[in-house]
Amino acid sequence: MSRSCSYVDAVREASEQEMARDPSVIVFGLDVDDPKAIQGTTRGLVEKFGEERVFGTPLSEDAMTGVAIGMALAGLRPVHVHIRMDFLMLSMNQLVNMAAKMRYMYGGQVSVPLVVRSMIGKSWGQGAQHSQGLYSFFMHVPGLKVVAPSTPYDAKGCLVAAIRDDNPVLFVEHRILHFQRGPVPEKIYEIRPGRARVVQEGRDVTIVGISYMQLEALRAHYYLADQGVQAEIIDPIWLSPLDIDTIVSSVRKTGRLLVVDNGWTTCGASAEIVARVAEALQDDEPARFRRMGFAHVTCPTAPNLEERFYPNARTIAAAAYDLVQGRASGWLPEPREDLKALEFKGPF
Amino acid sequence: MTRRYTEEQIRRFYRQLYRIRRVEEEVARIYPSDKIKSPVHLSIGQEAVSVAVCECLNPDDVVFGSYRSHALYLAKGGDLKTMIAELYGKGTGCGKGKAGSMHLIHLPSRVMGASAVVGTTIPQAVGYAYAVKLRQEPVVVVSFFGDGATEEGVFYESLNFAALKKLPIVFICENNQYAIHTHQSARQAKCNIAERAAVFGMPAETIDDDFFAVLERVGETVDALRKGAAGPFFFECMTYRWKEHVGPDEDYHLGYRTPEEAAPWHARDAVRVLGERVPDAERAKIESDIEREIREAFDFAEQSPWPADSELFEDVFKEGGA
Ligand SMILES: Cc1ncc(C[n+]2csc(CCOP(=O)(O)OP(=O)(O)O)c2C)c(N)n1
Ligand SMILES: [Mg+2]
Repeated sequence: MSRSCSYVDAVREASEQEMARDPSVIVFGLDVDDPKAIQGTTRGLVEKFGEERVFGTPLSEDAMTGVAIGMALAGLRPVHVHIRMDFLMLSMNQLVNMAAKMRYMYGGQVSVPLVVRSMIGKSWGQGAQHSQGLYSFFMHVPGLKVVAPSTPYDAKGCLVAAIRDDNPVLFVEHRILHFQRGPVPEKIYEIRPGRARVVQEGRDVTIVGISYMQLEALRAHYYLADQGVQAEIIDPIWLSPLDIDTIVSSVRKTGRLLVVDNGWTTCGASAEIVARVAEALQDDEPARFRRMGFAHVTCPTAPNLEERFYPNARTIAAAAYDLVQGRASGWLPEPREDLKALEFKGPF
Repeated sequence: MTRRYTEEQIRRFYRQLYRIRRVEEEVARIYPSDKIKSPVHLSIGQEAVSVAVCECLNPDDVVFGSYRSHALYLAKGGDLKTMIAELYGKGTGCGKGKAGSMHLIHLPSRVMGASAVVGTTIPQAVGYAYAVKLRQEPVVVVSFFGDGATEEGVFYESLNFAALKKLPIVFICENNQYAIHTHQSARQAKCNIAERAAVFGMPAETIDDDFFAVLERVGETVDALRKGAAGPFFFECMTYRWKEHVGPDEDYHLGYRTPEEAAPWHARDAVRVLGERVPDAERAKIESDIEREIREAFDFAEQSPWPADSELFEDVFKEGGA
């Protein structure tokens, strides 16, 4: 497992290998066949598989989501790609009222093997409508699966698993993670729902980092280590269904849970994780909790405001440190330049 | 009427029309007893469109409809017993008691699930047609929806994509002129649904309230699609709902329409027109057979058990995968 490649390459390779393996897999979405090829994640697919299996669509998110569902009903395995998760708001009716419910409301007779890929943004002033991490909307709804892989290795395995899954899967990619490199086997493999990953063991505090915040949590781990605090870092990978057991066992050990989300905390993934851990532990373990996420405002574009909008490694480390201390210590680590280049090392 | 039909065909058409009419009359009769467990949007008065279109289709052809799909379901060959059981909320229903009247489905006759959210199955039918074309299957897809659905953005998005990709799909707009209690002219800047479809470059026409006209025009179109003509095609079929929007009764007391407005539609009633062309003895036989079938279906629904409690948690996800 020595080959290292980028998250983009991992997504592209998963798509290509699955399309080669199964002729029912098709990939479409706005601009998937254009020169930029969705950051390169769809590069080369149209040349290899033709315009009927790989095509750019009209600007019709609502109808194209319905089209994808119709294809899935007919036995295809569509992968519908959106360059921004924000644009999924135009697909909500089809995703929430139809894709999620069809198997149930038709008495188990149909299935909707659909993958919806969408990207979250950050930085470069992407602002209010080009950056939102809205996956908690979909976690709320039974019948949908949600995955937000943070490493190239998981990106490939999760996309393969999502394509093979017989149910609708929201596959969430953070654009900063696209630049990450890491070990990715050339062979095809699946990372299925059901297993969160303990990325870093530690005994003092459990930090769950979602999507891009996994990277910031890993950086925070180093800041905390400098203070002698051992953080256990968990990547949930699949948000729905969620492997809560792995997180609960960790908190049983550490007694402290910090969930750092790449979204708002109110009614968000972090609220869900904390609530479920608290319910599981309330009779036997005293535990302390903290959530971090987007500031409860709209994402601004000025760099100084944006900086305050997002949690980062230092604010995460500070929050985790205070959880361990059991008080507001006021500690904030000095920036460490070496951590900026942090990449996923693996093997996992 | 240009074509001639055999007596056997006329009998068959009548049988289909009368059967649907009688099933829904029986649904309306039973409804106040509260045995039917979901709201019913009756097609009474509109049966001719579904029957005429489905008479042009093969068993393998696929239809998508709306919450007002009792007629479509039966016309395409959907099972009557499991339909009534579904209306009763029973575990033997076509959706195991999880669907109700608004989400009828019958995969063996390729009635894809109906939806209660206006317009939502239109793009799904288009997607199905894309798959059919990709796999070069000799299948035609038909999408049924009301005049109100043509006001949804997804309608235009769907037509555009179907036309762009030249898909083997026929759009059937059942224009009964009303969305709930509001007339088309109070909702649409121009009452020109077929014209609006035509701007996407697809053949589109309006067909009067005439069973045979629908049969012929849709029949020619489906034949052409089977011979390889490029789709899509669009028909706006004029029709009229006799009962209230939802529920078993008439609704003239609400004042949004009058019996005078309805009278010409009643006078053209396809069930009566076709019935008059069937000899009395044969007609009596058809009707008594249907009465028996309906009795059996309602008995089946009455006697069927509720779904098991454990069903609440079944069918959220399909296990396994490709
Ligand atoms: C998206 C959506 N908006 C509103 C409604 C409420 N509603 C139910 S039926 C209906 C009227 C639809 O009219 P039309 O498409 O002409 O069908 P018809 O009932 O006449 O068969 C409306 C507005 C709905 N079900 N879905
Ligand atoms: Mg109408």
